[in-house]
Amino acid sequence: MATISQSSPRSPAEIKPEVVPVQRALSVLELIGNTPMLEVRKVTAGMLRPGVRVFAKLEGFNPGGSVKDRPARKMVEVGIQSGELRPGKVIIDSTSGNTGIALAMVGAVLGYPVELVMASNVSRERKKIIEAFGAKPIFSDPMEGSDGAIRVCRRIIEENPERYFKPDQYNNEANSLAHFETTGPEIWRQTSGRITHFVAGIGTGGTIMGTGRYLKSRNPGVKLIAVEPDDPMHGLEGLKHMASSIVPGIYHEELLDAKMQVSTEDAYEMVYALGQVEGVLVGQSAGAAMVAALRVARTLKEGCVVTVFPDFGDKYLSTNLWIGWQQWRRERLQRIVGKWNASTSVTT
Amino acid sequence: MQVRVRVPTPLRRFTGGQDEVAAQGESVRSVIEDLERRHPGLKERLLDDKGELRRFVNIYLNGDDIRFLDQLNSQVKDGDDISIVPAIAGGN
Repeated sequence: MATISQSSPRSPAEIKPEVVPVQRALSVLELIGNTPMLEVRKVTAGMLRPGVRVFAKLEGFNPGGSVKDRPARKMVEVGIQSGELRPGKVIIDSTSGNTGIALAMVGAVLGYPVELVMASNVSRERKKIIEAFGAKPIFSDPMEGSDGAIRVCRRIIEENPERYFKPDQYNNEANSLAHFETTGPEIWRQTSGRITHFVAGIGTGGTIMGTGRYLKSRNPGVKLIAVEPDDPMHGLEGLKHMASSIVPGIYHEELLDAKMQVSTEDAYEMVYALGQVEGVLVGQSAGAAMVAALRVARTLKEGCVVTVFPDFGDKYLSTNLWIGWQQWRRERLQRIVGKWNASTSVTT
Repeated sequence: MQVRVRVPTPLRRFTGGQDEVAAQGESVRSVIEDLERRHPGLKERLLDDKGELRRFVNIYLNGDDIRFLDQLNSQVKDGDDISIVPAIAGGN
């Protein structure tokens, strides 16, 4: 009988053909991408014209749990190819979570130590996941946000530049390239080239830049709409308010057709609705993306709107996202009962 | 009561770039009212239209989250430290 407790991995040639499943991955890194696309029909019900459809790419299905698996793999690959990353070096970056998790996973698979600088107020679950992959978290002042983490990371590297390889997701074009090579073609294929609008949140800008460039290369008429928080003081983990932030080097605003601002409250309520109505539990950046996608879709006579849900919601259960959701549920129930009472009184 | 309030980066545009300001009040709520008088625009970022603390804002009184104290009614003493901390780090 085959066991899974091998002390060292065997080469494919050593594995007897009869015990090899037809579809298999030799590394978890091969499982990144090719995520499913969901048509969001219930949350949008009654709000759209018949020729308009809204789809969400569910990036939580990546093995590290988020869209960030794509750039993390690509940035490390390119680093190895260029010789910047070689045995003995440590991967370091500033990240508030998903990129950290993805880099920690990639580092574990390829045997590189990983150190991650993050503001100490990122969610507990994320810190734990990063540690579970064997990476070392370094905490920066929560009052300084992600820009503070960037500055601390710079200081650590300056003290010992030879020791580190910094993928630098904010300024590394391999970040966008990952989406140009994978996310873009997947969406084109999954919509049979019918996509008309691509809506995505901006954190580093990698998703919208890379995916957007690919989609426009196939059809210059595809509109790109970026989503950002409506105020520098916001609760949308993963998203950046560009006007008040250090603008990432890979972010080229001129590629966009529009930018849309979403309030934290609207995004949170969309997260609740997606869970309760659509059966999809996502993070707050997905909530914001869906609010914007719906706004775009409501203006169209016909079209195929695609957005990205960067991750699922299980990493945020201990965060402020869920403060006040019971009140939302009560109010929503009251609205439904109110409507039901009104319709009952009309028919009786 | 005179207290010190630590202000996070996204709100420093209201405090002339200062990361720490002085304010007065008997409770966290009255400190916020005083902050609004001294630095107009701050209150709206901290409280929603019902006057409750926004979900994505955390306020710590001498290191303790006021949601686990008496919320906005938590009493303050002379010399207390109040920190306003966004619930997330931003970026990804």
